[in-house]
Amino acid sequence: MNLKLHIWRQKNNKANGAFEQYAVSDISEDMSFLEMLDVLNEDLIVEGKDPVAFDHDCREGICGACSMTINGNPHGPEKATTACQLHMRKFKDGQEVYIEPFRNKSFPVIRDLVVNRSALDRIIESGGYISVKTGSAPDANDIAVAKSKADVAMDAAACIGCGACVAACPNGAAMLFTSAKLKHLNVLPQGQAEKKKRTLAMVDQMDKEGFGSCTNHYECEAACPKSISVEFISEMNFEYAKARATAYRD
Amino acid sequence: MSTLEGLHVIGEANFSDHGANRLGASALMQGLADGYFVLPYTIGNYLAKAELKKIDADTPECKATVKEVEDKINKLINVNGTKTPSYFHRKLGKLMWDKVGMARNEAGLKHALEEIPKIREEFWKDVKISGTGAEYNISLEKASRVADFLEFAEIMAYDALDRDESAGAHFREEHQTPDGEAKRNDDDYRYVAAWEYKGVGQRPELHKEQLEFENVKLAVRSYK
Repeated sequence: MNLKLHIWRQKNNKANGAFEQYAVSDISEDMSFLEMLDVLNEDLIVEGKDPVAFDHDCREGICGACSMTINGNPHGPEKATTACQLHMRKFKDGQEVYIEPFRNKSFPVIRDLVVNRSALDRIIESGGYISVKTGSAPDANDIAVAKSKADVAMDAAACIGCGACVAACPNGAAMLFTSAKLKHLNVLPQGQAEKKKRTLAMVDQMDKEGFGSCTNHYECEAACPKSISVEFISEMNFEYAKARATAYRD
Repeated sequence: MSTLEGLHVIGEANFSDHGANRLGASALMQGLADGYFVLPYTIGNYLAKAELKKIDADTPECKATVKEVEDKINKLINVNGTKTPSYFHRKLGKLMWDKVGMARNEAGLKHALEEIPKIREEFWKDVKISGTGAEYNISLEKASRVADFLEFAEIMAYDALDRDESAGAHFREEHQTPDGEAKRNDDDYRYVAAWEYKGVGQRPELHKEQLEFENVKLAVRSYK
């Protein structure tokens, strides 16, 4: 198939960016979206032009590196799918495709489609771990975890930290990300001791990074390649209010 | 800690209970086990006691390394040939897949050892990289990796040729049981091969680290 691409080109964080047009031809429908971009880049290099910079690593939907918005949707048109696992058969021959980086003030563009998502790392650094010393690893099933809780923790832990939720949100909020990371630890026995401290620290860091707040658009859940539920956001708000209200005791 | 002060090797790379096998679950389990049991008692302890002095960028070692990297980048960019880094990556990959894959034999490995230097030579004559070394440059990054692969691939082939037995994922077709299982030769190859890099295109030097088995006896592993 042949496609007409409009790709956001931006040399660095200081330069102005703009869409540029490229034509790609003989694209196999079995290629992934990133492989289609690889084909374009091979041609660009041979022509002596700069290839389109984009982040990628595992190309199997688990690393969270790809960060492009395709025709207005972070990761493209397919539900619950990262850009690397999006196949060209989802596009029509002759289609025009607009490709741009994940947009957010807290995600400065490094080059073209590559953005700096360290803000999410700093949210994790502020409390996304368990520092309680628990001694040697206990025998399996020593600490009983209800199946329902284990399932919820697993659902939350499915977040790959790609930032699609942030790019999809009209408010530029990182609440789906932060709430998933909180839930995954807060629901398990090991996470209880630091629950309050963790909730306050991560939400405060999220605000400090300049992300917006949730006003229930639910665009994040729709864009999330791992279908993380917005229910985690309501719970984060609840836990944050509780932690804030009782912080005087600590 | 490795033999280099301050360089810790842990998880998938630690090289202990799984030998040289880095396939799937054993690599993952090594990462999990080391992270859970070993990491909390090692690196934290080291960092707590280590004098992590600030290293001055003016030290001769630092200057020499910066110069070496800059020279390599300039050399890569100045080739200004006609073929992309991915072209060479695929060409090398195909050769390695065919001749230095899980099943390999003497003729194939010798062929690979003839071909790898040719691909490397072509790479350094004809690779094309866009842009400069002073910017975020994906084709330069790829070319740097491929340049490394072109050196490392040769050592892999030397090692596979030298180890004239089958062991684990190293299946030398010449050495198999009648029903197609790997046939080890513990008398001659009960060692870890540590290859010393001697420069591009130079035959690496083999250092044998003998394996002594005191508590367990070597046996044939059978999945049947």
